[in-house]
Amino acid sequence: MPEPVLKANGLTKRFGGLTALNDVSLQLAPGEVHALIGPNGAGKSTLINVLSGDLPPSAGSIRFHGLEIARYSPDQRSRLGIGRTYQQTNVFAAFDALENCRLAAQSREPHPFNLFRRADSYRSVTEAAKKALAAVGLDHRATTVAGALSHGEQRQLEIAMSLATEPQVLLLDEPIAGMGAEESAHMIRLLRRIAQGHGVLLVEHDMDAVFALATVLTVMVNGCVLASGPPEEIRSNPEVQRAYLGSAENADG
Amino acid sequence: MSVTRATLVAGLICLLLAPLTGATFYIQLFSKIMILAIFAMSLDLLVGYTGLVSLGHAAYFGAAGYAIALISPKYHAANLWLTLPLVMLISAALALLIGLLVLRAAGVYFIMVTLAFAQMLYYLFHDTKLGGGSDGIYLYVKPELSVAGIKPVNLENPLHFYYFVLALMLAVYFLLRTILASPFGRALVGLKVNEQRMRSLGFPAAPYKLGAFVLAGTLAGLAGYLAACQFGFVNPEILSWHYSGSVLMMLILGGMGRLYGAVIGAFAFVLLQEFFASQAIFGALAKHWQLGVGVFIVLVVLLLPKGLAGLLEPLEKRREPRTGDA
Repeated sequence: MPEPVLKANGLTKRFGGLTALNDVSLQLAPGEVHALIGPNGAGKSTLINVLSGDLPPSAGSIRFHGLEIARYSPDQRSRLGIGRTYQQTNVFAAFDALENCRLAAQSREPHPFNLFRRADSYRSVTEAAKKALAAVGLDHRATTVAGALSHGEQRQLEIAMSLATEPQVLLLDEPIAGMGAEESAHMIRLLRRIAQGHGVLLVEHDMDAVFALATVLTVMVNGCVLASGPPEEIRSNPEVQRAYLGSAENADG
Repeated sequence: MSVTRATLVAGLICLLLAPLTGATFYIQLFSKIMILAIFAMSLDLLVGYTGLVSLGHAAYFGAAGYAIALISPKYHAANLWLTLPLVMLISAALALLIGLLVLRAAGVYFIMVTLAFAQMLYYLFHDTKLGGGSDGIYLYVKPELSVAGIKPVNLENPLHFYYFVLALMLAVYFLLRTILASPFGRALVGLKVNEQRMRSLGFPAAPYKLGAFVLAGTLAGLAGYLAACQFGFVNPEILSWHYSGSVLMMLILGGMGRLYGAVIGAFAFVLLQEFFASQAIFGALAKHWQLGVGVFIVLVVLLLPKGLAGLLEPLEKRREPRTGDA
């Protein structure tokens, strides 16, 4: 097992009287797909937002390669190597697909305040953008404006944008939600490929996708971690079955 | 050549040839408009490209006007090579100071604090003897532009002044276009569209916004310098919120987020004023010209969401993004 790069310990997030996250701890290692599941309101997205810096934690520690980053801003964390995508599609609709990735890759450029050179003349940045676009299989759509891409393609583009920032860890908030069968199968293959070089933390409701991808599963209920471990162990955990999986199966059946 | 570009080139040729008519009134009117176009373009960098709606942009324009009036010697000409950079530096420093404070706020609060700082400056000059109080002060002799002892441009000459301003307007247009095509400019547009996403991609929002704010203030300072030179006079009106509002209206009228929209807006705004205030056309109604200008602006906002510059676009192949067709 590779060493975990991201370690969260005792994370708590309160919104007024509501405790959205209660003493949550988890670890993420390279090559690992760590899936977060749980009913709506369990605190999964809050956890992603706290890890990415979009929300400050009320208590707890987040360590990235041993460095305490709980007070770091989202852009600092991104530059350290923590990439993310959002539950809502968040691409720049008026830019074409390549420009979306180019802008993302540009954030790694050491001289961002050079005002007199065209943005598209930085070869290394454009190369990184093309590489990211190819990695998600969107290279044939490079010159299509993002707003004209299909929903599934926009979700792929979002992942490509994060990849263009060359992250070590990816936090993905429901990347498969709203996709058709074919698109989600494509996305699952894509995520499996990405996981080879990255640590992936995944929030997902689609259980087939979760069990197809996850190497570690964490079940959250009411802001707390109910159980965490390898998927097979979680699947057979009676408490989890009662709280979550079982009820979902009953509803389906 | 696209329709937009052809129209802009035609407009430029008209501006180049306009002085041949020999009508001093129009030469001076167009000089004034082109100065306002520089002012409006500087605001467009904030409003149209960075998404920062400032209602206090006259502060940098007015401060520059007062600066050149105050530092010019009374009976002989100031050196333009020295005073222009100095005055723009003063505007830049003011924008840096105010920017550091106001950029902590967002949305409506940002609008209000920019307004508040501009009003502070307005009352500083209005209520103290610093710049002649509410009467303002004169700039008796215009700055002198000399190259190795010869004076190729005499700013006292309206024709020379016209071409000097036209050249600077073009320079500002191309400067801003260059900057907007640079990584810095692309990041500003990204921040306008979705600041949260930009931050999660690793862009620190604050230095980018501050950079845009200072740049916009500096170029507003250039416009303020030129305006003071043209009229030979400054008063607190050039710092007032009416003035900040007018330049914002020029942007809305012309179309935000496209630099030529700011130029079109400046021309439209001033020429509409002239039109509705013309006694030859409107007789006694002419003194209520604000009504006509107001109705026109309301109609533009209702019918042309992209401003007058948007009129050029339906003629071209649209590359507009559709909303997702999933």
